[in-house]
Amino acid sequence: MIDRRSLLARSALIGSLALHPGLALAAAATNRRLVFIILRGAMDGLAAFSPLGDSRLGALRGALARPPEQLGDMLPITADFAAHPALAGFAGLFKAGEAAVVHAVASPYRERSHFDAQNILETGGNAAYAIKDGWLNRLLPLLPPAPPPVAISAALPILLQGAAATTSFAPSRLPDASASLKARVAALYEHDPLLHRLWGEAMATEMMAGSDNGPGNPVALAGTAARLLAQPAGPRIAVLDHGGWDTHAGQPVRLAAQLRQLDGMIAALKSGLGAVWGETLVICATEFGRTVAANGTNGTDHGTASAVLLAGGRVAGGRVHGDWPGLARLFEDRDLMPTTSLNAVLAGAVAGQFGLDPDLVVRRVFAAAPAPAMPGLIRA
Amino acid sequence: MGMSITAIARNRFGLGSRPDDGALADPKAWLTTQFSAFDPRPAIITALPDAAAMTVQYRENLRQLRQLGIGGIPRQPDDPEPPKGAEAQAMADAQQKARREAFRAAYAGQVRARLALALEGPAPFAERLVHFWSNHFAISADKLATATMGGPLEFEAIRPNISGRFADLLLAVTRHPGMMFYLDQAQSVGPGSLLAEVARSRNAPRQPGLNENLAREILELHTLGAGNYSQADVAGLARALTGWSVGGFVQRRIGLEAPPGQFVFQPAWHEPGRVTVAGKSYGQEGEAQGRAILADLALHPHTARHIATKLATHFVADTPPPALVERLAGVYLANGGALMPVYQALIAAPEAWATPLPKFKTPWEWAVSAMRALGLKDAAGNARIAIMLNELGQPVWRPGSPAGWPDAASRWAAPDALLRRVEVAGRLAALAGGADPRALAGSALPGLLSPATASAIARAESPAEGTALLLVSPEFLRR
Repeated sequence: MIDRRSLLARSALIGSLALHPGLALAAAATNRRLVFIILRGAMDGLAAFSPLGDSRLGALRGALARPPEQLGDMLPITADFAAHPALAGFAGLFKAGEAAVVHAVASPYRERSHFDAQNILETGGNAAYAIKDGWLNRLLPLLPPAPPPVAISAALPILLQGAAATTSFAPSRLPDASASLKARVAALYEHDPLLHRLWGEAMATEMMAGSDNGPGNPVALAGTAARLLAQPAGPRIAVLDHGGWDTHAGQPVRLAAQLRQLDGMIAALKSGLGAVWGETLVICATEFGRTVAANGTNGTDHGTASAVLLAGGRVAGGRVHGDWPGLARLFEDRDLMPTTSLNAVLAGAVAGQFGLDPDLVVRRVFAAAPAPAMPGLIRA
Repeated sequence: MGMSITAIARNRFGLGSRPDDGALADPKAWLTTQFSAFDPRPAIITALPDAAAMTVQYRENLRQLRQLGIGGIPRQPDDPEPPKGAEAQAMADAQQKARREAFRAAYAGQVRARLALALEGPAPFAERLVHFWSNHFAISADKLATATMGGPLEFEAIRPNISGRFADLLLAVTRHPGMMFYLDQAQSVGPGSLLAEVARSRNAPRQPGLNENLAREILELHTLGAGNYSQADVAGLARALTGWSVGGFVQRRIGLEAPPGQFVFQPAWHEPGRVTVAGKSYGQEGEAQGRAILADLALHPHTARHIATKLATHFVADTPPPALVERLAGVYLANGGALMPVYQALIAAPEAWATPLPKFKTPWEWAVSAMRALGLKDAAGNARIAIMLNELGQPVWRPGSPAGWPDAASRWAAPDALLRRVEVAGRLAALAGGADPRALAGSALPGLLSPATASAIARAESPAEGTALLLVSPEFLRR
């Protein structure tokens, strides 16, 4: 049980700067819960959920089409698709009817910059930096009164920024620098002899000391979010950030680690939410997908369409939604062809979850890049 | 090239660019004219408890400790019996806790004020000089008496004197309670003083005596420099300084009453007679003797070279060009120890505008410049930046020695320290609220951003990661 007092006591050096007084508990007029996980760096949707029996996948991807051997085979979830073995927990939920996938999804953005694409994912706009507030913030006025949504991070992601009250919370021990950041720092120091030497020594020492899986890791943060949402008078919406998906090199091992972490986050949400899981929708979305073919460094480059993961007791589960485009025709001859609008998925999911008129959601929340809300994602 | 001159003015001389800082039409003029906008006593400082208040707090703490029988401080005749047993322990614990909390709060407030001025003050070059001189005249917060004196010393003795004569700066620091407590000057009594005579005649159990600590550090650290003075000089200056003390703090049988925390000269504690320091004999009476020595030390050629070396080290290179040091020392002496002409000579020196960037930022410089690059401002939570600076290895006003923090890459560029910066960069970047790091990089390092760094930032997987990379890039770690 976390009360406001222990939240304050545990809030971070930096997290506390952004801690909103609105985190105080007040009555909420809905029991429905929404968790949004932003997958930053472009998740390879094709590796997370692969088509079964399409020989072009192996032909284009080679060894990348298969998960690392020690994890075992892909896990069939429907007659046409299999989930990556690192998503075993998610695959279990899928079979139990508590998870679904929407495949070949893309935002209106068709270029390949992470920043611009994440901005569009978060603002719901059709051009980067054209809209200042996040689409989730614009949704709030349509919802029954409830305590402000909470971002489990040091500062508010753009997704939640805007006129409506929101808050953020971070544990006192924020995660150490991510593996992705450290790898990029190493590359950044390649031509600086002093920094190159120092960084090499630092990494060697760290490797000997073993890695840190402290309270700041993403799975623990998901548990924190669940505990906040589980309270009868707690917030109804939480946003989590999960970075590290930009697998340009060494993808099999890195992607497996990412997916396993995401699988752990979803499991932590289910276990932390307890009975409230039945009222919950979890949406995991990324800014774009990755190239279908492998590149020269055993990885993939920035692409277009990817997959959206849905989980929770409210999901019309056990289905892979969307129009599968196949791999015979690729977008710009390189990427999975987008067939479903991300905004259509988001509008359909949140409208279904909160019992809102889908057209109203499209008009009020996604007016800059409207697409007819996708039906059938949420249980009636 | 024009943009990189702006970047050097803002980063090497100032405290780093803010997103709203544009190009400077005349970077050198910007540096010299900003002193008129510099406020030595801004409201954010005057609102804080001053050295006098801190002295009262310290005195009260000592009284409590003495009465509780903690810390081996001798009891005084009129002290009540110390409490005993569990109740006494509980009381002692509660007081200890309250005392720590009071110190923590005062220190955090001072750090926040220093940081606010560094982030938002109108004269970043002047603020950098405040930090420079505060480190030159370092006291360290690890003594009970100086736990909360770092702020007051900097605010009261350094800030008002950064652009005047070095002699005035030296005198203001030497008379400040923070320095007198730190280097044990407040209790120093001449062996031939009236007070010592009386103590001897009464066979007092503890005879007052001379303390050479401050005198030695003035000669070695503040003025002439190591190797340029003798033990006889230390003894002479220490004798001349006897009687320089702090009001309302030191209890002696004979002494003038003075408001707590104010400088007071105690004639009865002063060692009478002539002294010789650095080859010159001083026969003045009382306080005037110490003042005359300090004034001469300030104008000594060794002092000129010592200060010129430290300034050139700070602004030009860890091992500064000897010719530049000689030039600065010459300007200092030719202008009677006035500091403005020295700063102007430094700004005019071509060596001070060289690239590649020669100086590796200290943790304080790096943290301040990082917060400025992200456009962060004063905020209540900033007091906790003190904790971050502990992690980065440079707690504010706690260098652990009167020599202050070293001003060289060899002290700061280390594997673990670099890893800490990367971690802190990740946390700070999260505060940028999704700002586009490509734009932040352009405003933080105009004309200095390398293509490699620009491309690493643009290819980062999220804005926060790109921002973190900017903050730990080779060109951002240096100035």
